Order: sequence, then structure tokens, then C-alpha cells
Amino acid sequence: MRYIEPHAHMVSRTTDDYMAMVVAGCKAVCEPAFWAGFDRSSAHGFYDYFCQLTDYEPKRAAKFGLPHFSWLCINPKESEDIKLAEDVIALIPEFLKRDNVLGIGEIGLNKNSRNEMTILEKHVNLAAEYDQLILVHTPHLEDKLKGTQLIVDMIKSDSRIDPGKVLIDHLEEHTAKIVMDAGFWGGLTLYPESKCTSPRAVDIIETYGGDRLWMNSACDWGVSVPLAVPYAAQEMRRRGYDDETLDQVFYQNPVRFLSQSPNFNIGK
Amino acid sequence: MKPKNKQNTVDLYYMEARSKLIDIAAFMDRVERDGFTDDFRYLAFKDALKELDSDNRTRKVLLSLSDPTKELIPVATTKAACGAWPDKPQ
Ligand SMILES: [Zn+2]
Repeated sequence: MRYIEPHAHMVSRTTDDYMAMVVAGCKAVCEPAFWAGFDRSSAHGFYDYFCQLTDYEPKRAAKFGLPHFSWLCINPKESEDIKLAEDVIALIPEFLKRDNVLGIGEIGLNKNSRNEMTILEKHVNLAAEYDQLILVHTPHLEDKLKGTQLIVDMIKSDSRIDPGKVLIDHLEEHTAKIVMDAGFWGGLTLYPESKCTSPRAVDIIETYGGDRLWMNSACDWGVSVPLAVPYAAQEMRRRGYDDETLDQVFYQNPVRFLSQSPNFNIGK
Repeated sequence: MKPKNKQNTVDLYYMEARSKLIDIAAFMDRVERDGFTDDFRYLAFKDALKELDSDNRTRKVLLSLSDPTKELIPVATTKAACGAWPDKPQ
């Protein structure tokens, strides 16, 4: 099968992971900017990280024949320091000129604080000004429901933003309807313990249809599975889905969303 | 969306669900044996179990474990979530 990995933090992964993904049929990997697991001490740290996402990591992926794309932002986990966040956001326009950049992400909320919302608004404004796609992270566990509703309300209130160019990630059964009803795209993240398992992700697709949903591994430096997307495809196969449907869900749909960025080009 | 060749859902998932059910029972026995039954997460867990006796269980379990408030908090004092809403009245 062929598939797209729409959300993976490859800077935290090994070359073995690249090899396994390519062998499993991965045709492109998309890497949102995220929290490093520790707070960076200055905007310079982000400058270097954005260079890594737009220059070094695409070259590493290219060694395995895998097209690599990136999204840029300061993660909500680092948004409490408004001054730092503003300094980082000021760096982004320069990097939007780089040819593997798909948009602004993964922005959003983490603990649903006022400063997180202020920085989310600034990111959304940046996306509107530069006509960029948006990838949104929703909070974890007990904070997800509230954060998802706040995010949806905030973005819907900005008339410059086309919901069809926004993907809201890490949906679960209690948040999928909020996002789907508002006209956004949604992401289902396949994690062993939190977020979604493969069977639940397939349940959600069966409930809401696959047109505006994608699945991702969001593999990073924590417990996560770089092959979670093809494993979910296997789950669908086990339930009786045919190859044509799998191609639609795991390749054609993500390509349809991502191709709204002129930079997403993976050939035929 | 539905598969062309619908499989028997119980055939596919019974053994896995049975195993998880026994794991839940063992977790509860372990917590009770070790005396941590007052932990707010365990209380929230037991509360959420009641939702199994309804429809739309997954959504209701998740709602039961969620912060139901609507206002932004003044400041984030931690980055982590713990899996249950600490302020839930017991
Ligand atoms: Zn991520």
C-alpha cells in the first residue's frame, strides 16, 4: 500500500524508522514544529530548530527517497512566555519562503490558559496574512474537550480563515463531532496509551466518514509507533475494507488536504 | 463508511476486550489492596465506569474524565495532564 504520514516528529527518530516507513509504503512525511521535551532558552534555539526542519531533516529523509515537509510555530507548551513566543513568531515569515514549508503548526492550546490563547491568535493571524494552511494541536486528556471547543470557536470567529484549510488534530470520540460540524479537517493520532488506538480511529471514521479525516502516528521522543499508520490500515483490512478504500483514506485524502499548499509536491 | 466485507465484530475483538476487562479488574484489586482508593484519579475512574451501562459509552467515559469548565485559566502552572479532572466534586 501507499500512504502519507501527515504528522511525525522525525528529528526525534532514527534512520531505522525512516527505513521501516519507506518499506511500508510511506510516500511523504510531514513534520510539525513541537516542544523539544524541555523549554528552549531563547528564540535563537527556535531559529536553529526551524533550520533543522527546513534544511537538515529534508536531506536526511531524502537519503531514503522520502519527501519531507514541515510546519512552523512555537508550540503551546512554550506559549506562557509571551515575549519569547512573539520573538519566535517574528522569525517565521522568513522561513515560510523555504520550499518544504506547508503552513503554521502545530499551534493550539495545552492547558487552556490566557497566554496560550493570545499566542494561538497571533499564529492564526500570521496564517491569514501569509495565506498558509493551519495544523492545530488539541490538549491532552482531561483538557482536550474544553481546549478543542475554545480552539474551534476562536478560529471560526476569524472570517479570513477557510475551515477547509485547517486541520484540527488529536481528535477523540468526544471532540470529533465539534470539529467535523464546524467544517474543519480532523486528525486521529494513533498512540498506544493516550489519544486513539487503531480500532477507535477506525470507529470514528466509520461514524463520520473518511472525507475530512486523516490518521497519523505523531511519533516523537515519547512512547509512539512510527508505523502506526500502516498498522491502522491493517486494522481496516481486518474489518473487511478493500485496497481502494485504504488508498482513499491513507493516501488520497491527506494528499487532497496537503495539496492546498503549493509546496506539497510529491509527483505522481 | 462501511466495509464491503463486513466481519463479525465479536470474533474480531472479543479476546482483546476480555483481556482489557480483566486488566481493569486487576488494576482495581491492586489499588484497593495497596490502599490508594482515595486518589482523585481512582475516584474519577470508578465514576467513569458507570458510563459503561449506557449507549455512546466511549464518548460518555471521555466526557466523565474531562474538565467541563469553559473559561481560559489565568496561567498554566504545569505542562502535563493527568487523565482526570482534579476539581471534580466527589
Ligand atoms: Zn505533534
